[in-house]
Amino acid sequence: MANQISNKSSDTPSALPISIRGLTKKYGRLHALDSVDLEIKSGEFLTLLGPSGSGKTTLLMAIAGFNRPDAGSVRFAETEMILTPPHRRDVGMVFQSYALFPHMTVAENIAFPLKLRRVGSGECADRVAAALATVQLSDLGERKIDQLSGGQRQRVALARAFVFRPRILLMDEPLSALDKKLREQMQIELKHLHRQLGVTTVYVTHDQREALTMSDRIAIINHGRLTQVDTPQAIYNHPANSFVADFIGESTILPLSRDDSGKLLFEGHLISSSPTQDSGGAWSLVIRPERLFFIQDSAADSEQAIVFDGMVKEFVFQGETAFVLVSIADKYNLSVRFGTNSFSSQNAMQPGDRVSLGLHRKDVIVIPQSM
Amino acid sequence: MGSDNEKSIKANPLNEQPLRLQEVREQWMLLGLAAPAVLIIVAIILIPVGWLFYLSFVGSDGQLSLEHYQKMIQYKSYARVFMTTFQVSMLTTLICILIGYPLAYFLALLPQRLAGFFMLAVLLPFWTSLLVRTYAWLVLLQRKGILNDFAIHIGLWETPIKLVHNMTGTLIGMAHIMLPFLVLPLYGAMRKIERDMMHAAANLGASPIHAFWKIFFPLSLSGLVAGSLIVFVLCLGFYVTPAVLGGGRVVMVATQITAILENQFDWGAASALGVVLLVATLVILYAASRLLKLDSALFGKH
Amino acid sequence: MDWWKKPASDTQVTHGDRLWLYIVATIVMLLLVIPTLIVMPMSFSDSQYLEFPPSNWSLRWYAEYVDSSKWMRATVTSLQVGTLTMLLATPLGTLAAYALFVSGHRAAKAVFVFLITPMIVPVILIAIGTFYAYGRVGLNNTITGLVLAHTALATPLVMIVITAALRTYDLNQERVARSLGSTRLKAFFIITLPQIKFSVMTAALLSFLTSFDEVIIAIFISGGSNATLTKHMFSALRDYIDPTIAAISTILILVSTVLLLTTQFIGSRQK
Repeated sequence: MANQISNKSSDTPSALPISIRGLTKKYGRLHALDSVDLEIKSGEFLTLLGPSGSGKTTLLMAIAGFNRPDAGSVRFAETEMILTPPHRRDVGMVFQSYALFPHMTVAENIAFPLKLRRVGSGECADRVAAALATVQLSDLGERKIDQLSGGQRQRVALARAFVFRPRILLMDEPLSALDKKLREQMQIELKHLHRQLGVTTVYVTHDQREALTMSDRIAIINHGRLTQVDTPQAIYNHPANSFVADFIGESTILPLSRDDSGKLLFEGHLISSSPTQDSGGAWSLVIRPERLFFIQDSAADSEQAIVFDGMVKEFVFQGETAFVLVSIADKYNLSVRFGTNSFSSQNAMQPGDRVSLGLHRKDVIVIPQSM
Repeated sequence: MGSDNEKSIKANPLNEQPLRLQEVREQWMLLGLAAPAVLIIVAIILIPVGWLFYLSFVGSDGQLSLEHYQKMIQYKSYARVFMTTFQVSMLTTLICILIGYPLAYFLALLPQRLAGFFMLAVLLPFWTSLLVRTYAWLVLLQRKGILNDFAIHIGLWETPIKLVHNMTGTLIGMAHIMLPFLVLPLYGAMRKIERDMMHAAANLGASPIHAFWKIFFPLSLSGLVAGSLIVFVLCLGFYVTPAVLGGGRVVMVATQITAILENQFDWGAASALGVVLLVATLVILYAASRLLKLDSALFGKH
Repeated sequence: MDWWKKPASDTQVTHGDRLWLYIVATIVMLLLVIPTLIVMPMSFSDSQYLEFPPSNWSLRWYAEYVDSSKWMRATVTSLQVGTLTMLLATPLGTLAAYALFVSGHRAAKAVFVFLITPMIVPVILIAIGTFYAYGRVGLNNTITGLVLAHTALATPLVMIVITAALRTYDLNQERVARSLGSTRLKAFFIITLPQIKFSVMTAALLSFLTSFDEVIIAIFISGGSNATLTKHMFSALRDYIDPTIAAISTILILVSTVLLLTTQFIGSRQK
């Protein structure tokens, strides 16, 4: 992407923090948003991640001003925006459908917000050209929208959203209409663009991999409530509950039992001697498939690792990784994933093979059961 | 999460009042945009029809009474008018179904472009003044008209047959005018049926005829019912075509209403007939909408 | 291979198998089109009686129509009423359709159904109702009265056409325009309206035609020097078969055909 877009003028900051408090929206008796509190830092890339119907788009639309909540507060820096109409919020917005104006050319689409702000025609042309260069579409300014490919439309929508230098950029599943390869390429480009513009970005997606790839922080939303807000690493390594553990990454969730002294056990294996906080409820063990490793000789639990003995049920070669389903104690299925760089046809497994699996104690994730 | 803070927000939600006010203001603004249209419908439809409704309950002595409705039950002439109206509507609908279904099916089988061209045959009459079309049939069907000439010429019959100013002429004209109302929704429903559905049926061993009756026909029913309903309801209140092609021999409710007004100037009786017509229309539409809803609940939405 | 032995569908029905369908459909289409088409040549007949084909061709009945002050006066009235109805019903219906489509309020659906009622209420009832009500306020035999009544008939048609157009339109475009700094009003006029303009034009033509071809209400509430073309035609039809009507009919058929082809052209431009 072209390198400079003179975005950071001297006196106004290029990004604004967003502070959301008590945001509530009901459709009938259904809470689309249930008293949501969220602080978005200036210049950060925050992703709202959740299944469909979780309220993530409702939240985004409330920030943009297209969805009037029943109650709550949305502040950009110190300014209360909840009653401000969308056209005075100065927020760049990219829709899932792109919503490009088909009766205008690419350049006219991008010039649209500038014209509304009465930017002089000379400067307007310069800024449209710069924006087109930024999204690598310099030659396509005179094209009609229906002459563009899906990826090109995506870039035009993006250029139109940042050309007027908004200090907040909102995106509603902007990549979901693209095919997988293009989508992965655009994820990297968007991340790059974000770093370049430095604008506070709120991004909505239901694709956990996309969220992990792009975000500074991820806010996981379910049934209109935020379940966890944290960095991708923290969310992956320390999911707050089984919903997050299940939604982010692959995982096996196993029920834990508790002995008299409060220790947590799984099928006789000691998992944790002191759960961080004792809510008195039941606990589960979360195992990420790539954290399990095969042990050649049968061994017992040690200080470093827990060892499960089991039987291979299914072995699937998937290119860069292989996936194995291992049944333990005839009741539970453990998913195991390992890189095929260490793989040769000799260690291909057959259903029925007996195997031992190790899990380092540092990789143990214990969460309160079902919430 | 500070639960105290949360509680205080729940108890005293932020900005609830101004947000609600803004919402209400926006809804009123939108309603304001629709207001001119609402106003005109109130002035031209609601008030006059409401007025007729009231008149139908005013007796000849100026007191509230049911005398106009009682007359309808007592007098045989009314029963005959209702019978004729029902008969003509029913027969017209049946004729439309019989000739409209094959036409819609034919159009639905064609590629989109070709169908668009042949569709002009349906749309052209649809856009042509109904008076002109009624006139055309009057000319075609009269004693010395083209149809009689042609039939005698090729030896179908020997002396001119009376084709107009009777039930035959009325039905021919009505069917011609109503056919587009049946074909258009039916065609729409047929186009929505996925070709893969027929492929699947064939793949599972259904013969083309079997597949048509077991798959295609049931799926086209929603369009057929909607179209038939429109035709039937429009027929109930039809005036021009029966008045011209029926030549005074086919007296339907609308014809009767004008006759009462022209001859006796009896607003109460005319209004009462109009009210019956309206109520019948509404009842049929309501029953059909319930039936269709039940249908889609039972068989899933197509 | 003969044409009728070729498969007509993917399920191996041949064109030969479908021959009956083609024949039936052709007959029905001919029956739909011929009656109106046959009036045209007959209108060029020289005879008192309608003949087909005419033995002597002439423009006699067209001259009769043009020279008659009654027919001319009625034509002007119909054109006036049609145009005014179009100018009134199109904006009213478009605004209402847009507002109710965007609102999302529970009441919006009820208001929509209420505005559609003129399509459900039998026209004869509207005719005698307005005739009675107009009698009280002195609107019978006036252009204003006719335009108002025809607007009530045409507005639901406009609303249905516009609502259908809005359904296929991505309302996010208007949202995006607002987020980019445009007011709602401006967004409607520079983003939404240009994209539904073909539907608005179709709706306008439809409302003109609705008024121009309307018979029953005109029979009751138009009269005197403000009688419409359809009212005169209807009374002429009831009495005797006047060949002048054939000439007028031909003109009306041409008008309808031109309007229909215009909408078809508009429709294809839209895609």
